[in-house]
Parts: sequence; structure tokens; C-alpha cells
Amino acid sequence: MNIHTNETLGLDLKNRPDISYIANLIKPGERVLDLGCGYGELMLILKNKGVRVQGIEKDDKCIIQCVKKSLYVHHGDIDDGLKHHLDHSFDFVILNQTIQQTLNPGNIIKECLRIGKQVIIVFPNFSHWQIRTSILLSGKTPVTDLMPFHWYDTPNLHYLSGKDFEDFCEFERIKVLHRAFFNRTRQIKLFPNLFATLALFVIRA
Amino acid sequence: MPTSEPNDFFHGSVGIVQTQVATFDSLTLEGGETITPLEIAYETYGTLNQKKDNAILVCHALSGDAHAAGFHEGDKRPGWWDYYIGPGKAFDTNRYFIISSNVIGGCKGSSGPLSTNGNTGKPFQSTFPFVSIGDMVNAQEKLIRHFGIHKLFAVAGGSMGGMQALQWSVAYPDRLKNCIVMASSSEHSAQQIAFNEVGRQAILSDPNWNQGLYTQEKRPSKGLALARMMGHITYLSDEMMREKFGRKPPKGNIQSTDFAVGSYLIYQGESFVDRFDANSYIYVTKALDHFSLGTGKELTKVLSKVRCRFLVIAYTSDWLYPPYQSEEIVKSLEVNAVPVSFIELNNPAGHDSFLLPSEEQDSILRDFLSATDEGGFF
Repeated sequence: MNIHTNETLGLDLKNRPDISYIANLIKPGERVLDLGCGYGELMLILKNKGVRVQGIEKDDKCIIQCVKKSLYVHHGDIDDGLKHHLDHSFDFVILNQTIQQTLNPGNIIKECLRIGKQVIIVFPNFSHWQIRTSILLSGKTPVTDLMPFHWYDTPNLHYLSGKDFEDFCEFERIKVLHRAFFNRTRQIKLFPNLFATLALFVIRA
Repeated sequence: MPTSEPNDFFHGSVGIVQTQVATFDSLTLEGGETITPLEIAYETYGTLNQKKDNAILVCHALSGDAHAAGFHEGDKRPGWWDYYIGPGKAFDTNRYFIISSNVIGGCKGSSGPLSTNGNTGKPFQSTFPFVSIGDMVNAQEKLIRHFGIHKLFAVAGGSMGGMQALQWSVAYPDRLKNCIVMASSSEHSAQQIAFNEVGRQAILSDPNWNQGLYTQEKRPSKGLALARMMGHITYLSDEMMREKFGRKPPKGNIQSTDFAVGSYLIYQGESFVDRFDANSYIYVTKALDHFSLGTGKELTKVLSKVRCRFLVIAYTSDWLYPPYQSEEIVKSLEVNAVPVSFIELNNPAGHDSFLLPSEEQDSILRDFLSATDEGGFF
């Protein structure tokens, strides 16, 4: 994630449909681990709701901002492992637009399912029509609002769509509890794999 | 050298201060022996409020002392953590009452090898009982009680000071709200013990050592200076040394030092001898080496007692107390659902980074202390 973009996003984050969807899933008093928590905007929203939230983030500038917000963050890389966390020690583990930036998403998701009773995964939907058209027409790797990076400077290592994730869950026998699709302003219910910029899944082992 | 020139937020001094000494009847040590009377040298900055809930105990590292901020009469240099303690600084003396005490076993005014043995009328020297980090903390606890403080707002320290802070959190879990551990460890690795052992052996092999019963006129100065030189190497980093000294040799010379870094270390060693005692060096490094809250599951079990918020800071360039040791503490706290923030700062100054001015460090200390969070995780 481009952290600078992320910080400005923070201003209207609370009104974003995907963020309020997540906030509605989690009850006060529940324990949440936010992997790749960035500047901690989502954590702050959850904290203000009375959720016991902690994060992991690899960018030190982000950590400093999180501490400013009175949040608890571990400076580290989730690719280095989450081994010390006990089985089912969190009510929710959140991967909010993080999974596509990790080295080994499959392993990380399995670890999340081990330490979280439920796992919330949000990622940019690579099968959005703008991306499809862009590839079709230009023949180049797409640079869009959602993925505003070039192939040579992107933090995104993996590109996946809602359908890809469904296939993964089926193959790994992971239970999908909820699925929801969004663009910037609203939830998308019709042909989400074509029209949604963001895909959200709630899964459990 | 510091990463950045001191900024505005490093200005503001507590001014002229004096070290004071508090005397208590006795302290029974973990080893079973008793120190009678117990003396603790300390300084305070700021004002204790009516509710007595704004006190922060600052714990010093190996060669530190009670003089953490401000100036002693006639001093050119301020106390060891003056960048961070003072009006408007991270440890804001307008808000907090800061207490810095000299550890027992040291040589800067607290009970230690230089104290007089009542039975002989002479200094204890190497007959002073073995002192642990736990004993140092128990002595500090007496001082805190002397101020009528039940619960400290925070305990903070780097290196050996970090071990004391950690010890506070498990020995007196209900007596502190916040714990700040910097460039520290839950126990020494074999490598850390090895460095200390070389230092101690340097002292022990000095012709003036005399089993620690040396006279002030004939002290094991060469040995102590060597120990300090050895230590000093471990406090810096490869990058720092390269920047500061490079290889600068004037002419090949077999008889004496011809590299800049060599002269620097000799100077550090020699000036250390004037302000530190060889016996104390041995007592305090032994206390460090013996301190152990364990690692892994053992540490997790010990830290299950903790009831305060934590901030843990490590430094990428610190090869004496490498960041993995800080992370070990953090992971064990996380398993216990203790609210903890961990940051590894990229300050190039090595182990000594926690003592030096850094904007990031200032901001994180300041914000961690300012963030009021009554609920916590428990």
C-alpha cells in the first residue's frame, strides 16, 4: 500500500462501506489482530468501539503514527511468521488489503485461521471491468485508481479476484462465512466480480 | 554522532540539580545477605502531584548514575538522559515527577563496594555481598515508598535500565502503569556474558587487583580501562566507527597506537578510570549476566504476571543487544495479551542509540506516555 495515499484515505475511511462492514462484524470486548495495519485508521475505529485491537506493521513511520493514536503495534513482517500466537487466541484476524503484498499468502492465511476464530480478508478485485478492459485494449499491465502502481514499483506481489479466492477456499476446504463486494462508495451486489473494486471474505477453518 | 542535530524539542533544562542520598535501615538481598544500612543516591526533577500518580522512575545503564538530567554546579555536560528529561521534553518535568536512582552495587553514592563496612570501618570492596538486578529494583522500591508513591506512572530504562524496568513489571506488577524497555533483553546470551567476562578478566589480571582489596592509590586502573575499551567497542556500531574514525593511521608505529580509533578507545578507558570503581564494574556486570527471566515459553510464563502497558524499543544497528532479544520480550507479552508496542528504530549509533537524540525516539516516547488508556487489555 502506498502509505501516503493511505493516510489521506484515513480522513473519510469511517464512511467507507467496506470499513463499516468490518466494524459491524466485530463486537466490543473482542480481541482483534490487524496484520499490516498501516497508520492504524481501522484499528482506531475498532478501538473507539471498545474492541481490544493490536496490529503488526513493517513501516516504522506507521508505527510512530499508531503510537500517537494510542494503539498497540508490533514492528515486524508477517512473512516472518506469527508462530508465537496461540491457537484461536483472537476473535478476528484482519488482513485488510495486505494479503496481495505478502510473499506467501497461502501460508499466511492458514496461520491466520489457526490463531483467529474468524479471519477477515479484504483485497483489490483484479477482475474489475476497468482492469479487464485496460489489459484487453492496451495490452499492458493496468494502472488504475485501485492499483495505482507500475509493475516496477508496486508493493502488490499477487493479483487475485473474488473468484480466485472462492476457488482457493474450496480447494483448501476453508469455510466462507460471509462475502461482500464494494466500490469506494457502496456495496456491490450485482455481478460483483465484474463491478466491485474490493472483495471481502470472512472465513474460518 | 547523533542521527540529527538536537531539535527544538530537545531544548529546555531542569537547570542545576544535586544528587541526594536516602538512608534506610536495611535491605535483605535475594542471596540472603543483608545490607545495613541501605543507602540510595537519587535525583528528582519536576513535582510530585497531590495524588502521587505522576512519578516516573528512570533506570540507568551499566556505567550510569543518578544524574540523569540538568547540570551539577560547575558542570559543562548535563546528565546522561538530558535530551529526554526536562520541561517540554518527552519526559516532561512540567507533567511528571522523574526519579533517577543510582543502583546498589554501583559506585556513585548508593550502597556498594565503596561503602564503609560498619564492623571494620573500612570499605567493603570485594567483600560486599553479591547484588542482583532484583535487589537493585527492591532497593528502588524502598525509595519509591519513601516518597509515598504507591503506583508509578512509568518505569523506563535502556540496556541494564531496561532489565530493571522489566524486573519491576514482574516483581511489582501492581505498582506501575507503564513500562518502557529500550535496547535490552530478558537474559544475557552467551555472547553478552563473553564480552563481560573479558572485561572482568582484564581487571582480575591487573597487577594491582589484589583480590579486589586494592588501595585507592594503587588501583587496577589498567585493567578497568581495558574493560571499558572492550565495552565501548560493543556500544558502537561498525557504521559509526567507520564514519567517525575510518582507518586514519599517520605512520606505521609498533610501539604505540597509530590509529585514530585506538587513541579514542584509550582516552575512553583512561577517563572511565577516574569516574568508576573496578569492584563495582565486576558487581554490576555480574548482576547483568545473572539476570534471567528466561526465553520462549519460560519467559511467557514469567511475564503472565505483568499488569502494565509496555513500550519496547530496539535498534537495528545494536549488535550487543540485537533486536531479536527485544522481540522475544514483545512476543511473550503478546501471548499474555499485554498491551505492547514494539518498534525497531533504524538509528545507526549501535547500542548507545537509546542515549542519543533522535526525533523518532522522542516522538514515540512522548506519545506513548501521553496516550492515556485506562482500559488496557486485561
